[in-house]
Amino acid sequence: MNHSKNKKILELNKVEIWDGNTSNAQALRQAGVDVMSAYPITPSTATVEGYAKLHADGYIDGEIMIVESEHAAMSGCVGASAAGARTATATASQGLALMIEVLYQAAGMRTPVVLCLVNRALAAPLNVNGDHSDMYLTSQSGWISLGSCNPEEAYDMTLCAFKIGEHKDVRLPVISNQDGFMSSHTAQNVRPLSDEVVADFIGEFVEVNSLLNFDHPVTHGVQTESDWHMEHKAKQNDAMMNSPKVIKEVFAEYEKLSGRKYNLVEEYKIDDADIVIACMGTTYETAQIAVDKLRIQGTKVGLILPRVFRPFPLDEMAAKLQNCKAVVCLDRSSPGGHTGLLFNDISAALINTDARPLMSDVIYGLGGRDITVADICDIYRDANDEVKAGKLNGGILRWATVRGPELKYYGTGV
Amino acid sequence: MAKIKTITQEQADIANSLYKDKEHFEKSIWDMGWDELVPSAACFSFDGKVDNHVAQTQPENRNYAETNSINKYVGDWRVVKPVWKVDLCIDCQNCWLYCPDTSIISRDKMMVGVDYDHCKGCGICSEVCPTNPKSLVMFNEQISNEVALTQWPVKTKKGDKV
Repeated sequence: MNHSKNKKILELNKVEIWDGNTSNAQALRQAGVDVMSAYPITPSTATVEGYAKLHADGYIDGEIMIVESEHAAMSGCVGASAAGARTATATASQGLALMIEVLYQAAGMRTPVVLCLVNRALAAPLNVNGDHSDMYLTSQSGWISLGSCNPEEAYDMTLCAFKIGEHKDVRLPVISNQDGFMSSHTAQNVRPLSDEVVADFIGEFVEVNSLLNFDHPVTHGVQTESDWHMEHKAKQNDAMMNSPKVIKEVFAEYEKLSGRKYNLVEEYKIDDADIVIACMGTTYETAQIAVDKLRIQGTKVGLILPRVFRPFPLDEMAAKLQNCKAVVCLDRSSPGGHTGLLFNDISAALINTDARPLMSDVIYGLGGRDITVADICDIYRDANDEVKAGKLNGGILRWATVRGPELKYYGTGV
Repeated sequence: MAKIKTITQEQADIANSLYKDKEHFEKSIWDMGWDELVPSAACFSFDGKVDNHVAQTQPENRNYAETNSINKYVGDWRVVKPVWKVDLCIDCQNCWLYCPDTSIISRDKMMVGVDYDHCKGCGICSEVCPTNPKSLVMFNEQISNEVALTQWPVKTKKGDKV
């Protein structure tokens, strides 16, 4: 955490009108990032640009490294973090794809870097708009992954990311996700915390075996072969699996400061719901309107969202889905020869429980394709028909919001 | 006739003591489970705190940690090895200076020998050796040093192609 007396103080309003990138930039400013190493890319550009402007205007006392690629950006973060600095960066889509090798390094080296990932489609075809294919690409990289549905949540998750990742029992890098454009470029009300409250909340960066501790020379990023690799991966993964305890503590503390409550799994009207849609990102807010609309018409529908995408809150998800008759998982990424990731994760959560809802998967909204309240109402109605029929109508996996003949796969006519 | 020179027993002991397994750790990493490891596979160079005088402390007196690469044998990477002919050596220290793996052992500006546990056979020591014939010559790894010493190249004259 930087303490320069020359740092100018920025007065924030109680309610600010920020888009998601501004939320990120302000959260990074308040978190007291020592080193930002970045290579801006749409739609996350304004996170870095906004942070750089605050830096140039004297509100930030840290280092900004503008590097030659996303691979170098994350490498810079890993090096600075191992040296003992609080570090962050932002990227999206192709940038994330180029960065992915170093994401695994960051996780394996236990450097608590924070990555503001503004979710965007992966080419080809080249597309700058939002979907979750880059988020899904990180799913096994060993990063904790937090989801948000609007700029205020993006602000909250970016702040919580530091506190979670740097915790002594976690020491893992954390991604703060938000939807490209729908969140990152849509100005909305954000109620920020004061600089002092954030400074107390996140606290000082705690160094662990840092490279710049000359009393104890240490090598980071070592090579292990079959002799030690598995033990180190076990330790890393165990930290990940136990992180929900810390995440819950951090969310509880954050609620006291902000009045905003976050959970591993968020739910909307699922208590008596027959049909539950599971989705991520801004779609969750659109779907809430659809739920309200259908409930007026008397259909018992509900909504569920994994706030924490990784580690996947498998137990909490299973507990919440014991009483419904159908679960429709909305996956905003082309699954590449399987069912979508959210479907796989939720199916795994339910497979050994007593609940036997009809499980189906809908691919939607790729490359920023609009998903409307009407689209979601249709998905609920289709699921309602399937519940009445007692079986799926033709396939587990189908594509929605796409032009052309119907696309359905995996009939499982066992 | 060249001055006959041999290494002392003391120097030989130093050479031998450097690269044996140390028992600094209360528990070897080989006896640890995943839960006992340091996060991030960080490897410490020394046990305990290092003071400013470590650079002036000879390796055999340093408190190397078990995870220090000095305890890692990489000699089997080698295809060719440098063999040292002590009576030709003028202790110029070129080989010690240029060796990229600190595998030339030297004490008080006198060469002691080659650390075959860490030498990877790059041949730089032989390349920079200024004597004629060279006092460090690269031989096939399979040839014993005793045999190699009997196959030493002869002195080259002015104009000879090396």
